This record gives sequence, C-alpha cells and structure tokens, in this order.
Amino acid sequence: MTTLFFIEHANGQLSDQSLKAITATSQIDGDVHGLIVGSNIDSAVAEASKIEGLSKLIHVDDDNFNNIMAENLTQLIMNISEDYEYFLAAATTTGKNVMPRLAAKLDVSQISEIIAIEGPDTFIRTIYAGNAIATVQTSDPKKVLTVRPTAFKAAAMGSSECEISKIDAENMPSISEFIGEELTKSDRPELTSAKTIISGGRGMQNGENFELLDKVAEKLGAAVGASRAAVDAGFVPNDYQVGQTGKVVAPELYIAVGISGAIQHLAGMKDSKVIVAINKDEEAPIFDVADYGLVADLFQVLPELEQAL
Amino acid sequence: MKILVPVKRVIDPYVNIRVKSDQSGVETENVKMSMNPFCEIAVEEAIRLKEAGKAEEIIAVSIGNQSCQETIRTALAMGADRGIHVLTEEKIEPISIAKILSKICEQESPGLVISGKQAIDGDNNQTGQMLAALTDMPQGTFASKIEIESDKVKVTREIDGGLQTVSLNMPAIITTDLRLNEPRYASLPNIMKAKKKPIDQKSPEDYGIDVTPRVNILKVIEPPKREAGIKVENISELVEKLKNEAGVI
Repeated sequence: MTTLFFIEHANGQLSDQSLKAITATSQIDGDVHGLIVGSNIDSAVAEASKIEGLSKLIHVDDDNFNNIMAENLTQLIMNISEDYEYFLAAATTTGKNVMPRLAAKLDVSQISEIIAIEGPDTFIRTIYAGNAIATVQTSDPKKVLTVRPTAFKAAAMGSSECEISKIDAENMPSISEFIGEELTKSDRPELTSAKTIISGGRGMQNGENFELLDKVAEKLGAAVGASRAAVDAGFVPNDYQVGQTGKVVAPELYIAVGISGAIQHLAGMKDSKVIVAINKDEEAPIFDVADYGLVADLFQVLPELEQAL
Repeated sequence: MKILVPVKRVIDPYVNIRVKSDQSGVETENVKMSMNPFCEIAVEEAIRLKEAGKAEEIIAVSIGNQSCQETIRTALAMGADRGIHVLTEEKIEPISIAKILSKICEQESPGLVISGKQAIDGDNNQTGQMLAALTDMPQGTFASKIEIESDKVKVTREIDGGLQTVSLNMPAIITTDLRLNEPRYASLPNIMKAKKKPIDQKSPEDYGIDVTPRVNILKVIEPPKREAGIKVENISELVEKLKNEAGVI
C-alpha cells in the first residue's frame, strides 16, 4: 500500500499549502512517495526530498511541466498509477483541477477537501460550505483525495534527503496549451494562505475606503478580504470575496470590519482561530461568532487601530 | 455549435442549513430550492455566446428527481433552447453524473460543455473535470473569461494568487467561477415561453449507467458552534487582548 502525494512549488519554494496537506499522509499506512514536476527546480527538489515521512521523491524534469496543465499531469500520474493505492494533493486550484480528472480516469470517486482521516477508507469533509460535517466511506479500491491545508500542520523537514528518482513524461496529450499567467502583484499574502485577514463589508461605503483596511493590513502583514455585499456593491473585485461562493479561509486572526455576518459570509470564515468584529450595529450577527467585538464607527477606529499596531 | 449546460438543483444559498437530528444528512424537505449559483453563471455564459453568434443551440441537462424539471425550466426561461432531464431518485455522485453526461455528449456532440465549478451543497468541485477525463476533452476550470477563436477556446482561469490563460482544442469543458458574468433574471414573457420548450425525459438506464453510490455517508453532524466572546470598549483594549490573551499579533 503506497501513497503518492503531488507537491507544488513556485519560485524555488515548496508550497505552504502542499506542506500542510502532506501531513495527512502520515495517517495512512505504508510508504509515501512525493511527485514534483518542472525543470530547473533543483532547490525545490532538494527541499522536497527532506520532507519528513517521504520514502521517495519522483521528479519529472520536463519543460512541459513548468506550467501545470491538468491534461498532462493526469496522464503523467496515470502512467505510474498501478504502483499506488492513494493519490493525494492539496486542495489548491491546481489540486482541484487535476485530482477529479485523475479519479475519473481511474474510474473511482474522488473525495474533496478532507479535513481528517478516520480510517483507511473513511474521511471527514465539510459540505454546505462548512455548515455541516460529513464522515464518508469509500468502497473504491483506489482513493483519490484532496486535502484542505488549513486542517493540518505543516510537515517537518528532516536532515537527510530521501531517494530521488527521475521519470520521463510519456504519452502527453496535446489538446491544451498554456498561454500565460497574471499573478496579483502584492507584498501581502494570499487570502487562502494568510495568517491574518482583515475584511470589509458594505459598511465600508465605497472602494476608496478599503485603503483604511490596506493600511492596517500593512502593519499586520495581513491579506485583505471582503464580504459578498461589498463585492456586489462594486467596492472591490470578486477575488476578494470570503464566503460560501468565494474563498473559504481559516487564518489565525480574522478581523471583520463593517460586515453584518450573513450566513454566506460566516460559512467562509468561521473556522478562523480568533475572530474580531468591528461594527456600529451591536445587534449584527457577526458578534455571535466573534471572540472580540467592538461596537464602534469603523471610520474612527480603523485609523486608531493602525496607530496602535 | 451546440452548448451543453448541466444544471443542479440545490438548497437556496440564502437558506440556513439544518442538519437532521438522526445525523443522516441535511434537511431538504420544505426548504426553498434554487438553481446552483455557479450553474446560473454557466447558463448565462452559454446564452451570451449564442447572442454573440458563436452558438446555435443551448441544451440544459439536469439529473435527479422530478423537481429538477423546475431547474431546467429556469434555464429555459433564461434562454436555453431545450432540456434533458435524467430522472433518478438515487443520491447521485459526481462520477456517475459525469458518466451520464459523457453519454449525452456522445449523442449531442456539443462544441462546449459549460458547467458550474461546484455545487454549493456537496462542494465537490469534480463533475466538469471528470466529464473532461471521460470524454478526453481538455478542461478550463474556474473560468472568469471565455473567448472562442475558430476551433479553439481561450479560457482565463481564476487560480490561487491570480489569473491563468489557457487555450483548449474544441470540443472542451469549461467550469465557471464567480467573475465570469452576472446572470440575468428571466422575464415574465420568457418564463411563459419556456413552458413550451421541450424537455426530454430519460433515465440513467437509458444511458446504460450504473449510478450505485461508491461513497457511503456514515454521518452528517453540525460543525462545532462558536461561542460569542466578549465586547471590548476601545482599540487599545482590543490590541492588548489580541497581544496578550489571544497571542495572535
């Protein structure tokens, strides 16, 4: 019984999301092999080979994998799939793109965004954007899983490298082509991996006022998010959205400013470790989930908060 | 070109979810149901492509119980041309849905399949990718922009940290993300017109697909409730608590 875990990396660094998700493999019996793809990635390969618990790292040194296309990566994993019973990846946009395609090729169900492993075939995952938690058992012989990184602690790094084996990418389908990428340039962390998030709602009144949040975020090294109401009102782009139809986040600290706390927003942030709510309406439902609530005018207290940090 | 749009009936996104006391699932009796929001975006995008002269016919497909007809009618009222309803009472999984859709693709030969990236009930985010695998089509998941360029389709994808653009040979599968468009409301005349549009009724057996679940739901529970904490008087008290009590800054 062997597990294959797909390890992501960017700019020579291993993905923080992958390092967290790979911890889930420690609860599955048998060896764990890592898969890492791309050319000129020596530092990421060296780093990955030291992840505690890995007995082997498979490196596909191929230019075709400098940008990951689901069609190619699925074929690559299919080429070696006979050797494995479990296939895992972090529930990133890459993991979510590839793993269901792989599962269908293997003719098995896929289990998405698990938050715990109960047994060899039994897993826990959230449904309805975290409003319910399901324990599910699969009867499929092979298990294809994505792992919610926020549910696991990052894997430790050992001192020695594991065996590294190189394989070639054979039988690649040429049905899709990478054109380009436009990554948001920001010194701030991404919403899904940020340790601290400060989000604004309709109470911010307009997009310009989000600058008040930016200033606090800068002090805290935080990401800036928004409620759907703020996105619908056109204050900020949709990729800021935290909630049932936006991003599900679970930072150490979540500061909700001028957000009333609609179900659909709560669903996206209520697993945060510490929640702070700032709202002038003391009846706002957000206070029911907040560890620290401050009933105040946000335009007065945000500059104060910036000063105090 | 035909566009196939799978649509799913789910609990309305603004309804409070209640977990059944016997832990067998979520209460769906007497609960307001709607088309999954990501499916609405898929229907809207298909209509826009038709309006731009890039497609001739839009087929809305729904798989599930008798009520799914309403969801298909909603798609028809928005502007889809005809429907296919695959009737089943079984709790059907993404792999089985994808298998049925792959058979429909064989029969209908759509140039594009546009589906929602996920349904807001099961949160699986699998069906589009699985359908792409079964039909060996390329996939453009989490789309925020779709441009048809002769026999290829350029898809801008929402990825962690930004946008990615890919070019796919057609036929292709696209799954929608939130920023793709703002779905229209069906007008009353169009709702009336939709009543006359045809819906073909089928069963999984018609497609030779065994929909027996492979994943057994052992139990469904409520998430741990968060207790409301304390109110602080001012920013200095807040910062003090975050530093010394919570230790998060």
